[in-house]
Amino acid sequence: MSDLLAARSQMAISLAFHIIFAMIGIAMPVLMVLAERRWIRTGDSVALDLAKRWAKGTAILFAVGAVSGTVLSFELGLLWPRFMEFAGPIIGMPFSLEGFAFFTEAIFLGVYLYGWKRVSPRVHLWAGILVAISGALSGIFVVIANAWMNAPTGLTMEAGRIIAVDPLAAMATPAAFPQALHMTLAAYAATGLAVAGVHALFLLRRRDSPFHRTALRIALTVGTPAAILMPISGDFNARFLARYQPAKLAAAESHFETGARAPLMIGGIPDVDQRVVCYGVKIPGLLSLLAFHDLDATVTGLDSIPRELWPPVAIAHFSFQIMVGLGSAMALVSLWAGWLLIRKRELGDRRWFLKALVVAAPMGFIATEAGWFLTEVGRQPWIIQGIMRTSEAVTPMPGLVVPMVSFTILYVLLTIAVSWVLYRQIVRSPA
Amino acid sequence: MSESGGAAIVALVIMLALNAYALLAGADFGGGVWDLLATGKRREAQRQLIAQAMGPVWEANHVWLILVVVLLFTCFPPVFARLAIGLHIPLTLMLIGIVLRGSAFIFRSYEDRDDQVQRRWGRVFSIASLITPMLLGATVGAIASGRVTGHREGAGFAALYVAPWLTPFALSVGFFALCLFAYLAAVYLTVEAKEPGLREDFRIRALLAGIAVFASAGLSLLLSLHQSGAPLMSHGLTASRFALPVQLGTALAAITALGALWRRRYTLARVAAAAQVCFILWGWGLAQVPYLIPPDLTITTASALSGYTFGFWALIGAGVVLFIGAPLVNKLMHGVK
Repeated sequence: MSDLLAARSQMAISLAFHIIFAMIGIAMPVLMVLAERRWIRTGDSVALDLAKRWAKGTAILFAVGAVSGTVLSFELGLLWPRFMEFAGPIIGMPFSLEGFAFFTEAIFLGVYLYGWKRVSPRVHLWAGILVAISGALSGIFVVIANAWMNAPTGLTMEAGRIIAVDPLAAMATPAAFPQALHMTLAAYAATGLAVAGVHALFLLRRRDSPFHRTALRIALTVGTPAAILMPISGDFNARFLARYQPAKLAAAESHFETGARAPLMIGGIPDVDQRVVCYGVKIPGLLSLLAFHDLDATVTGLDSIPRELWPPVAIAHFSFQIMVGLGSAMALVSLWAGWLLIRKRELGDRRWFLKALVVAAPMGFIATEAGWFLTEVGRQPWIIQGIMRTSEAVTPMPGLVVPMVSFTILYVLLTIAVSWVLYRQIVRSPA
Repeated sequence: MSESGGAAIVALVIMLALNAYALLAGADFGGGVWDLLATGKRREAQRQLIAQAMGPVWEANHVWLILVVVLLFTCFPPVFARLAIGLHIPLTLMLIGIVLRGSAFIFRSYEDRDDQVQRRWGRVFSIASLITPMLLGATVGAIASGRVTGHREGAGFAALYVAPWLTPFALSVGFFALCLFAYLAAVYLTVEAKEPGLREDFRIRALLAGIAVFASAGLSLLLSLHQSGAPLMSHGLTASRFALPVQLGTALAAITALGALWRRRYTLARVAAAAQVCFILWGWGLAQVPYLIPPDLTITTASALSGYTFGFWALIGAGVVLFIGAPLVNKLMHGVK
């Protein structure tokens, strides 16, 4: 394995691990605050129990997320020192804002966990609200740092060197809004539906459980609106890509031929050498429509991009299909939930709906991983679009397969341990 | 504000963050040492106290380290890059220690059952607690000794990636850091302990650790004088204009702390021990100034402050707010606990 591939793999594994905990850390506080609010308003002791249990689970996952986040901030430097030397001054601002938001979140989470009997209910609830807000903000800031890599703004270059930097302009990159919105919604959608799925599983076994019914309702309140909105934020991203990262969109779509009325390719296996897609379903004109909201718009194909600048097409394509497929399924399940709600059906009684929730539970996290694969692999060979290649950014130290394997083993152990602890916590939930 | 003035302020903030890290996270690591060395009939009570005292603030202490990392790559990118390349191995090992420690602590605190699993996690936690301070110290020692020089033509893997930090001086600084953190933790725990027997346990430990600190400091100083040691440090600690006030301050704090421990004046001991750690840390910083990485990267030559706008100062502002906000919130937390 080459050093570059080892470095990329290590980064990918670290990010893939961290993002799950980060998403949960962003969304779970919303669930626990909603539960607490229900208790304050209705005196429902089940809601209080729920808030406490969810808080406890959040604390474990938040802590793991904090540890994996620390690893990432080091790995940025250990694996990509040349990138950091170049871009550090530019992305320093969103990173420090993220750190500040994380710190706030950690402190108020501490107040929330240990302050049940020590501060007034009102203060306690607000501590929870602050946890939720700072969690969302910290996610937004770090995504902005990544967004800058996709559409670098706020820097003036001369003869390959940076001569001026505007950190605020860098944060205002056109990629910031679509990416930050999409990722934040993803956190709520994935976590909400996952929690709903867990409680749906319990409800399938014991229908008569106020605990699980309340939990289901709260989880769906967070997950379903977000899942329904995601196709819209997805659209923002597609239109951004069409304009600023056409190679990524072309790879995602396996769109080999530049042209107007470009067809949308659903599924299929791209053959990079022959420049065709086998077994896919083509819908004429739909890609131009989605990418530019204009049927006659020309969508750049891979043929307009030099071969050595093509991202890995197969990975981009499959990631994209998985993400959109799962995201659509989640949106459909959410619409179903909305339909049931409008028809005033008791959600906990609908067995097929509950089963759908169980199946949908892991989808958000898988879709998110797929989405990150798309956005990172789809940007290759660039680490900063159009400015620096990933191969130029990597550390000169050889033997990178050693740290890569070490951290992979570490993450596997961590995953097993976390799963075990959570399983024991969840299995102990009341009837 | 002049460019070099701005860079100096950032360097100051970095030192303050390291200071906060040493006082807060350092005590956490030290706690791990005593967890490993828990002996006597109050062994379980000792471990309980350590777990309780560390509690919820653990997760937040990482932020000091991250602040240092962020400030380095934002304001002193060549320094960051050189450390990240040349000290890749100790930093990676340190990182593994942090992950193991954090995870072991999490699982130990959230596992309700008192069983074999607890014990196993306890072991992982404690052993990992030894690794990180030693490597952190070795990293500081490597920098201070002027051996992190960046790419050299024709140099092999060992010369570039191992030699800078695997020197007697650097390793002695690592051991010194371990003793210092253990000392700090023991002193803190005398204040946290409510039961007289536990208090005595940690008093003895603090006194012994205090002696170990003195001995290992002496060893490091001696090794710095050695020809392959750390000339900048030995000069800075003995002959520069900062040397006398810093050494006096350290000595005064150390004597106060040990005396207070002896006389069972624990709150005073805690303040004095914290002051001692601060003096030691600043002693290193002042001995090295203006170099960020001797022998060639100084605060001015390594800074990337040219052409920055107001946005950059917001970053510094955030760092400053952290220093005011953090102790305030910490107070709230302790009141809550």
